[in-house]
Amino acid sequence: MSDRLPGFSTLAVHAGAQPDPTTGARATPIYQTTSFVFNDADHAASLFGLQAFGNIYTRIGNPTNAVLEERVAALEGGTAALAVASGHAAQVVVLQQLLQPGDEFIAARKLYGGSINQFTHAFKSFGWNVVWADPDDIASFERAVTPRTKAIFIESIANPAGSITDIEAISSVARKAGVPLIVDNTLASPYLIRPIDHGADIVVHSLTKFLGGHGNSLGGIIVDAGTFDWSTGGKYPMLSEPRPEYHGIRLQETFGNFAFAIACRVLGLRDLGPALSPFNAFMILTGIETLPLRMQKHCDNARAVAEFLAGHPAVASVSYAGLPSDKYNQLARKYAPKGAGAVFTFSLKGGYDAGVNLVSKLQLFSHLANVGDTRSLVIHPASTTHSQLDDAAKVKSGAGPDVVRLSIGIEDKEDLIADLEQALGA
Amino acid sequence: MNHDAYPDNYIRGILNSVKSIAMVGASPVNVRPSYFAFKYLAQRGYDMIPINPGHVGKELLGKPFVASLRDIGRPVDMIDIFRNSSHIMPVVEEALTLDPLPKVIWMQLGARDDAAAEKAEAAGIKVVMNRCPKIEYGRLSSEISWMGVNSRTLSSKRAPAPTQGMRLSLNRMSVGGGDTAASDRAAKNKSEQS
Repeated sequence: MSDRLPGFSTLAVHAGAQPDPTTGARATPIYQTTSFVFNDADHAASLFGLQAFGNIYTRIGNPTNAVLEERVAALEGGTAALAVASGHAAQVVVLQQLLQPGDEFIAARKLYGGSINQFTHAFKSFGWNVVWADPDDIASFERAVTPRTKAIFIESIANPAGSITDIEAISSVARKAGVPLIVDNTLASPYLIRPIDHGADIVVHSLTKFLGGHGNSLGGIIVDAGTFDWSTGGKYPMLSEPRPEYHGIRLQETFGNFAFAIACRVLGLRDLGPALSPFNAFMILTGIETLPLRMQKHCDNARAVAEFLAGHPAVASVSYAGLPSDKYNQLARKYAPKGAGAVFTFSLKGGYDAGVNLVSKLQLFSHLANVGDTRSLVIHPASTTHSQLDDAAKVKSGAGPDVVRLSIGIEDKEDLIADLEQALGA
Repeated sequence: MNHDAYPDNYIRGILNSVKSIAMVGASPVNVRPSYFAFKYLAQRGYDMIPINPGHVGKELLGKPFVASLRDIGRPVDMIDIFRNSSHIMPVVEEALTLDPLPKVIWMQLGARDDAAAEKAEAAGIKVVMNRCPKIEYGRLSSEISWMGVNSRTLSSKRAPAPTQGMRLSLNRMSVGGGDTAASDRAAKNKSEQS
């Protein structure tokens, strides 16, 4: 029984999973059930009172989902995780634990367009006020801090242009402000960047992207780093105060360094309801087993495609942090030395019309609104994912009218380049 | 012992070897962490002794409350202290008067007193601070994985299906030693502030 440290690929295959105690099944079974029987009345009461470990109802927890949760917590280096129905659901559940009506959170301006919409409009109706800051200007985060600030939210590799965020610098701002740093690590995956190693207190993912990796299942996850002290100053009553939902339990006192994940489960998922289907958890777990292999291939292909585009006469510019000339290359070398991800943008000299023309001519690239698939994908953000932003906000978030976004798959890179070449050529 | 990060083998060795546990500060209120831990450890087969002078004459889950460590009247393997850091030293000093001495003194999540630990260790007693034995048992057996908690252990062996009141194997392969460095940092900062 030695305390040897297994590597990332071993964890990607094994963490959280063991042979099924009842049947010996080696692959994780799909526990497609809504509910679980109790041994007796005392067992039921212990489970409902959070006194015992076990299963009650799939909206609170499920054994297939639990394997996924422990797997991602292990890969991210966190203390615990909670899987939910989508990346968007993860964001709602996280902020519900942190913000009261009238509170604020600071978010990086460069985010997935859907998150910008969620933060700007949906969260406004909850009384959660987003304050935007520029990830290229750390001081803008410092200036945004007020006594009502409860969290800072950034993407590690930012959508759509694949820019790299200086997690450590923003983590210092969060520490000084006494608020947790939430990092959306969807586009990097823990194979490329582990935000907790750089000061993140909470990591969220859309599992739908590289972790699941095959474009077949929606999912989201919240990882608790176990680093934040929720008890100071009564700022986070969901964690520090007696909870009437559970007869006066204080979650931080009871669950220590994984109290935030428990709060997300028993106060967030239980009451808001965005549970993940165990079938989706199974599909995503299968995807994660090959995450290290796929992610490296995604990155190697992306770099080759970015280099090809950078040298093409029809292309005005390429934003890919893996290129030595890119403004984010220094940050990419520091935070993502194995590769700068596989989602990036480029702009065409022919502008909006050339972008539309390119998308229509591509044969291998699929025109759709997702990223992080085995297949290579293309989209014109200005008319789709970022279409609800006004023109100025589009440009600020890196989705101007001439910009095309690619998500590079794991096909042969020669075929991807040939497809782009024929589509750009005529 | 480095009390910032315990190797899993250290914790595993303690939980595999102790049989009787006296819990100082055990509460009969069923939403208090000490009640959770007492009930869980009793269900996993430990011989639990509740210590709380305010409840002498009553029972906790069928075990009579005892006023102090000296009043137990029989040898005890481990003392689990559910008191704030500032109340640890007198309990440790009392434990050091027992004959035979306990093998382990365990301070609960959030509790840490390095001077008291040093005293106990000088007497040959193993010390754990700022951990919960219920959480550690659940973690090393991976039972805690039901709640999405990172057990930081791996196993390719088929475990017996758990039933009520059975002991679970803690002998899984460790992914890392002790606690995560990040969470230790947070716990340490907190104890330095208090």
